[in-house]
Amino acid sequence: MSILKLHYEIDGEDFTRAGEASASVKKRLRQLGVKPDATRKVSIALYEGEINMVIHAHGGDIDVEISPEAVRMVLADRGPGIENIDQAMKEGWSTAPDEVRSLGFGAGMGLPNMKKNSDEMQIETVLGKGTTVTMAVYL
Amino acid sequence: MTVNDIKNILDCELISGEGYLQQEVLTACGSDMMSDVLAYVKDQSILLTGLVNCQVIRTAEMMDMICVVFVRGKKPDEDMIQLAESRGIALMSTSHRMFTACGLLWENGLRGGNSLS
Ligand SMILES: Nc1ncnc2c1ncn2[C@@H]1O[C@H](COP(=O)(O)OP(=O)(O)OP(=O)(O)O)[C@@H](O)[C@H]1O
Ligand SMILES: [Mg+2]
Repeated sequence: MSILKLHYEIDGEDFTRAGEASASVKKRLRQLGVKPDATRKVSIALYEGEINMVIHAHGGDIDVEISPEAVRMVLADRGPGIENIDQAMKEGWSTAPDEVRSLGFGAGMGLPNMKKNSDEMQIETVLGKGTTVTMAVYL
Repeated sequence: MTVNDIKNILDCELISGEGYLQQEVLTACGSDMMSDVLAYVKDQSILLTGLVNCQVIRTAEMMDMICVVFVRGKKPDEDMIQLAESRGIALMSTSHRMFTACGLLWENGLRGGNSLS
């Protein structure tokens, strides 16, 4: 298996389509014969990140690199940024409005769940400029 | 227990996924918060929910679930049905409320399985 690079543009205005990129990556991993465990971890981590880009940051870009060693994901948005990363990483912390909660999200579980499902995770954020979340799941 | 057994126990209307009725269901979960399903659920193969939007199907897909049961008589729209069909997920609707639906399944021997700690 050589290195496979995938790129997705995430539409921040379309909640219905959120998750399409993650679904597409999941399908590729299956086709490549990646173990179900690792595939599940990537799917959950990426999907949570993709949803965050849509509900908190008006969309952005996702780049995924699949190598024999790892799946590396970079989620870059041009949203409002995160004021306090430590706080955002806490289970239950959410700034999501009721409208998001009525859609089934906004429990403050996404970032901790991304951390739990990835082997490496890093958040770079600048207020008013955007957020880049980088994750890796080892294969 | 099979998807078909669940259909009978909950007196469900099958919306799509005729071909998956014989699939085995080991454990189930019920929630209206997809955040919680993504964070706490492990190998549960069916989701009971009162939430109706495309992200319910996406969540089930990410968690490798095989069936979604909508409670309180809720019905998915055409987009959701198409999405579920393309992902191999059966959709059913029961008129029971969440508590009763879960209770009926439990009474018939279905359990919640292990959650991630
Ligand atoms: N890409 C992002 N841009 C700006 N803020 C973000 C971003 N991702 C997360 N946040 C902030 O961090 C908080 C916690 O995120 P997290 O994903 O853990 O929870 P949530 O999205 O609010 O709810 P859930 O993920 O359970 O649906 C969010 O409420 C939001 O304030
Ligand atoms: Mg989130």
